[in-house]
Amino acid sequence: MSGGASPLATFWGNFVENRVAVVALAVVVAILVLAVAAPLIAPQDPYDLAGLSLLDARRGPGHVGAGGYVHWLGTDAQGRDLVSAILYGLRISVQMGLLAGMFALIIGASLGITAAYLGGRLESLVMRVVDLQLSFPAILLALVLAALLGQGKGQLIAALVAAQYAYFARTAYGAATAERRKDYIEAAAATPLSGRRIVFRHLLPNCMPPLIVVATVQIANAIALEATLSFLGLGLPVTEPSLGMLISNGFPYMMSGRYWISVYPGIALVVLIVAINLVGDQIRDQINPRLRR
Amino acid sequence: MTGFAIQRLLQAIAVMLVMSAIVFLGVYAIGDPMELLIPPEAPQDIRREIVARFGLDRPLWVQYLTFLGNVVQGDFGRSFIYNMPVLDLILGRLPATLELTLAAVLGATLIGVPLGIYAGYRPDRAGARIVMALSILGFSVPTFWVGLILILTFAVSLGWLPAGGRGATVELLGTQWSFLTANGLSHLLLPALNLALFKLAMMIRLARAGTREIMLTDTVQFARAAGLAETTILRHHVLKLIAIPIVTVFGLELGSTLAFAVVTETIFSWPGLGKLIIDSITNLDRPVMVAYLILVALLFVTINLVVDILYAALDPRVRRGRTA
Repeated sequence: MSGGASPLATFWGNFVENRVAVVALAVVVAILVLAVAAPLIAPQDPYDLAGLSLLDARRGPGHVGAGGYVHWLGTDAQGRDLVSAILYGLRISVQMGLLAGMFALIIGASLGITAAYLGGRLESLVMRVVDLQLSFPAILLALVLAALLGQGKGQLIAALVAAQYAYFARTAYGAATAERRKDYIEAAAATPLSGRRIVFRHLLPNCMPPLIVVATVQIANAIALEATLSFLGLGLPVTEPSLGMLISNGFPYMMSGRYWISVYPGIALVVLIVAINLVGDQIRDQINPRLRR
Repeated sequence: MTGFAIQRLLQAIAVMLVMSAIVFLGVYAIGDPMELLIPPEAPQDIRREIVARFGLDRPLWVQYLTFLGNVVQGDFGRSFIYNMPVLDLILGRLPATLELTLAAVLGATLIGVPLGIYAGYRPDRAGARIVMALSILGFSVPTFWVGLILILTFAVSLGWLPAGGRGATVELLGTQWSFLTANGLSHLLLPALNLALFKLAMMIRLARAGTREIMLTDTVQFARAAGLAETTILRHHVLKLIAIPIVTVFGLELGSTLAFAVVTETIFSWPGLGKLIIDSITNLDRPVMVAYLILVALLFVTINLVVDILYAALDPRVRRGRTA
């Protein structure tokens, strides 16, 4: 560890030492840019039905369609350009992952830290529920909730958050119980500061590192879960075609050898998830003091 | 030990009561089952009669107690779609799922643990790096996507293995099993592989982490000093010491693999429980959903209970720590 540099600069210095993680980070950033800029760079608006021609349906990669440009990754059953559909799909998938991850972080971390700080009955009740939920697979919970709440963006985010908040709550609780015993919290508690202020200004910032690690992993998980639910037909409505739905739409055509409708959106999904996980892995290795060499 | 077991059992029963209440409220109180059962044009008196017959005019807690009473007697009601007792329906599908799950978890353990021990024993070898890279992929890549690629590669392109179904089955102990025929095995291979990948990654990581830690301990140093062969050390000391977490995860994963089977069974048209629950969700077959969820919860609670007790039996520290 270099003495003078700020913690963030040191962290970044260690991060760039792992080339795989740097490439992964670059991929994540590139995908974010592509997702945000999708309407500007996609050759076609895949949801403008007037712009689609059934003559172009299910054409292989490299086909030149009615629009006069090359469909580099082919077209789907409605004659949509897959490059455009994937870009728009990434947009929806990334959005769902970020929103679900953020809400799960806020709800889970608040619950975990409050439970650790206040203790008593609330602590045992909250942590009982959280542990109970953790022993239950998230995918099943999300599946059932998505089925019960019905289709829609809001409903799906609620289902994902309900399935994932427990991971944040457990992590925050673990970090906060460790921090709580330290002197600075005792000192703060001895002053007339309000409990809320101590929790949010003192306890929370010191619990952040493990929460950030869980957040990266859970965003990737949320994206994978959303894709899985959409693939099973329980996710987003047809008007919001995420990557999972694109893959699902192409599945029937796979048997007849038209692999590209499913395979390319799937590759986009896998690259996104693997890249986020690699970045998360590196952050975890750097934060975990036991692995620091 | 007995005190510990009884305490755990009581906890498990409490958890099951809470779970059944949540499932009941979730499935029955959200949305109106009457919308499904009564045609909209039905006159008021018929509507009232049906509501009374299903007991839906009574307070919610009375309904819940009635439901609980029926469940304890093994009566989960009748499926709306298949028009047969839900329990029979579920028990009929269970063997297919059990077969798939066991094949996947056993395969993952038998392949994953040796690979993990190797990766932990020689962490700097290229082989170990490849194993770890594979395990990251196994964790990251969504199950359904791996399933599609397996079908595309081995069923569509190469034509080696079938893309779905259970194949020929043989009756044993009153139920049909696929793994006893060559045709059934060929149908089992792809879905089992698909379901196993995530667990394989987990087993590799677990075994590697355990091995790395144990290789640095005095136990190993001493065994080496005593002149034991490296393979003997790995087999007798390392494997034994990493066995406890692996047994735990094996048990816990058996349950979560059942949950993941939902995805794999849908892709490979494997006629098990997972396909049943997806079908019942799309058809709004509520009795099947409730029964499935309660049975899965029961399974999880039982597995947790058994693992906890086994753990206490294997490791006396746990026993003393918790009963004290």
